[in-house]
Amino acid sequence: MSSRFRAASAAMLLLALAACDREERQARGAPLPEGPPLAAGTDPRAKDYENNAYHVAQGQRLYAWMNCVGCHAHGGGSIGPPLMDSQWRYGGSMEDIVRTILHGRPNGMPSFDQKLTEQQVWQLAAYVRSLSAQPRQDVLPSREDAMSSTEPLTTRSREDVEPSQPERDQGRPK
Amino acid sequence: MAGSAFAKSRCGLIVLASLTLLAVAPVAAQRVLPAAGAVPAEDGQWLMPAKDYASTRYSGLAQINRQNVKDLKPVIDVATGNSRGHEAAPIVVGGTMYIVTPFPNTVFALDLTKPGAPVKWAFRPKPRRAAQGAACCDVVNRGGAYANGRLFFNTLDGATIALDARTGKQIWRTQLGNIAKGETVTMAPLVAEGKVLVGNSGGEFGVRGWLVALDAASGKVAWKAWSTGPDQDVLIGPGFKPYYAMDRGKDLGVKSWPPDAWKIGGGTVWGWISYDPKLKMIYYGTGNPGPWNAAQRPGDNKWTAGVFARDIATGQARWFYQTSPHDLYDHDDINESILLDMPINGRMRPVLVRPARNGYMYVLDRVTGQVYSADAYGYINSAKGVDLKTGRLIPVPEKEPKEGRVVRGICPTAPGAKDWNPSAFSPRTGLLYVPHLNLCMDVGAMEANYVSGTPYVGADVKMYAGPGGHRGVFTAWDPARRSKAWEIKEDLPLWSGALVTAGDVVFYGTMDGWFKAVDARSGALLWRFKTKSGIIGQPISYRGPDGRQYIAILSGVGGWAGAIVSGGLDPRDPTSALGFVNAVRDLPKRSEAGGRLHVFALPRR
Repeated sequence: MSSRFRAASAAMLLLALAACDREERQARGAPLPEGPPLAAGTDPRAKDYENNAYHVAQGQRLYAWMNCVGCHAHGGGSIGPPLMDSQWRYGGSMEDIVRTILHGRPNGMPSFDQKLTEQQVWQLAAYVRSLSAQPRQDVLPSREDAMSSTEPLTTRSREDVEPSQPERDQGRPK
Repeated sequence: MAGSAFAKSRCGLIVLASLTLLAVAPVAAQRVLPAAGAVPAEDGQWLMPAKDYASTRYSGLAQINRQNVKDLKPVIDVATGNSRGHEAAPIVVGGTMYIVTPFPNTVFALDLTKPGAPVKWAFRPKPRRAAQGAACCDVVNRGGAYANGRLFFNTLDGATIALDARTGKQIWRTQLGNIAKGETVTMAPLVAEGKVLVGNSGGEFGVRGWLVALDAASGKVAWKAWSTGPDQDVLIGPGFKPYYAMDRGKDLGVKSWPPDAWKIGGGTVWGWISYDPKLKMIYYGTGNPGPWNAAQRPGDNKWTAGVFARDIATGQARWFYQTSPHDLYDHDDINESILLDMPINGRMRPVLVRPARNGYMYVLDRVTGQVYSADAYGYINSAKGVDLKTGRLIPVPEKEPKEGRVVRGICPTAPGAKDWNPSAFSPRTGLLYVPHLNLCMDVGAMEANYVSGTPYVGADVKMYAGPGGHRGVFTAWDPARRSKAWEIKEDLPLWSGALVTAGDVVFYGTMDGWFKAVDARSGALLWRFKTKSGIIGQPISYRGPDGRQYIAILSGVGGWAGAIVSGGLDPRDPTSALGFVNAVRDLPKRSEAGGRLHVFALPRR
């Protein structure tokens, strides 16, 4: 009886320890400092937001709530450009995307500066990056909140991040 | 050889003549004709996109006919320098052609008297770039309109501009729309009785729809009629006499909505306006109520998704008919109204014929607003018909989108059995030529938040081919018999307008770039020409300075249907472009972006 109990508690302890090892991050992340994003690839907050499933999931909710889906659909684009491919007019880094959401862009992207907190903007940027599978695979949402027929993000392979120029339409018959 | 060809053509003529007799004989006494007074005698020009106030898009020129159309050759082929969707109709006045491009809405005047039609002048209105972010369905423009030496057109950021047609100098510019609220303008203005009529776009942005009449001389607002809100705003007064009880009552533009929802309820006026100069009344439709998710707006949502008749001088409403009360499917009622005089129950009546988004061909009385008939011209499973006693569309409950789930197999789709691209009517055949769609869709509805200047939709949509697998249909509709005379199944959705001529030839284009001429009586393909991009524009016909008949069309794929190409959208996401991308995933392989003007003529003899 007692030896069996001892064996069982040892096994449970082992399991518990193993579980502790796997959960090395805080589920919601530590509070991060605020302030404008630094140059692309240099802001320490980028990785913290992007590699946290909670932040990406929050970003997905904001993506629907703030009507991002109306312009960019579920990554394929509509009024605005696609977000699931490799092309980024204004840069595809976390910092660039945060700047785009905060301040808007001249071809129609509105500013969400007064509508979202800084944390929410970073969360949203993390979800936007997940549409082209930029975050770690285990962070990507395994299902869409929305009732679209889009395949789960976990099945997507990571796209390159390439700059592209917004087209300039101005001309005359030639 | 020559002899047999002669014999063949003579035999064809005889067969044709007897067919004509057969077709015309039963109704010879009472033919279907364009509204009296709304169609001036043919002068070889094309002054407005619809050709005339009755919106017939019928050219009385007959040099090009069913026999010789096979010899049509391109005579002008120039790039517009713009790669977005070209939905505009060229305008031809004397020896000059005017073109309005998609955003940034450059206007070109081309000299038709010189070889190659060189540019006489170009006007660049420089609309604000941010307007591109408020245009739901590509940054299109449906063309300008000419009257009394002036060319009138609208810019995407909501300005109406009058130019001196000779010099291209701006005479006045009136800012009407506010892009910060999601308002844009894509429609072509209608000019009549010294007024320029302009309505807004933005039904997917929670804007409040309006139609404005500007004084053509000064650009000052003469009157403004809102599509929602109190009667005073809608210009509803004692002269308002709707035919059906459902459209009668005080301030229905407020009461048929949840509190304050009418302020962001849509009902935009981005489509076609027709004018009856005898009755002095204009006819136009209002857009969808917003958001698409209908659970957020219980009620009939007046005065969206219906048709208004108004007095042109005062803007006062005369009647209204709500085609889709409490619209469930984004069924804007902005499609063209063709004004005809035709026999109804043995009596000639002034009517408007409207191929509506919801799939029914409505025939309404121009004076009273009574619906004489509403017959399906496409495949419909989301409605059972129209109750002619009450005027109400009869819905099919199991096809109603529900918040929090996906309803599948709804036909027709959000762009409807037919969208904006206009039909043409020939008084010679009595037929209406309707370019339209054969698509079905899945809809998942969810609560939409109103955030000013962002989309207000609340639905995920996925479209696909309807029964039969073809995505477009070109239908010749016989209004007298209330049935199809013939139809052409098209693989791709049809997004171009139609033109019919006195030579009994019908022209339209496809999204993979085939510009087609078909027999107005049989639908037989007579000629076709491949353009590099796809066609979503409006064909026109005019008499050139040399006396020859020409056919003109803009190519340049785009619009809602072609956004996958003009916007470079990603087909891996079926919900792109509000679900249209899924129905046209093959389009990028079959066409490319880029606007061009094409003009065709017969070889000189």
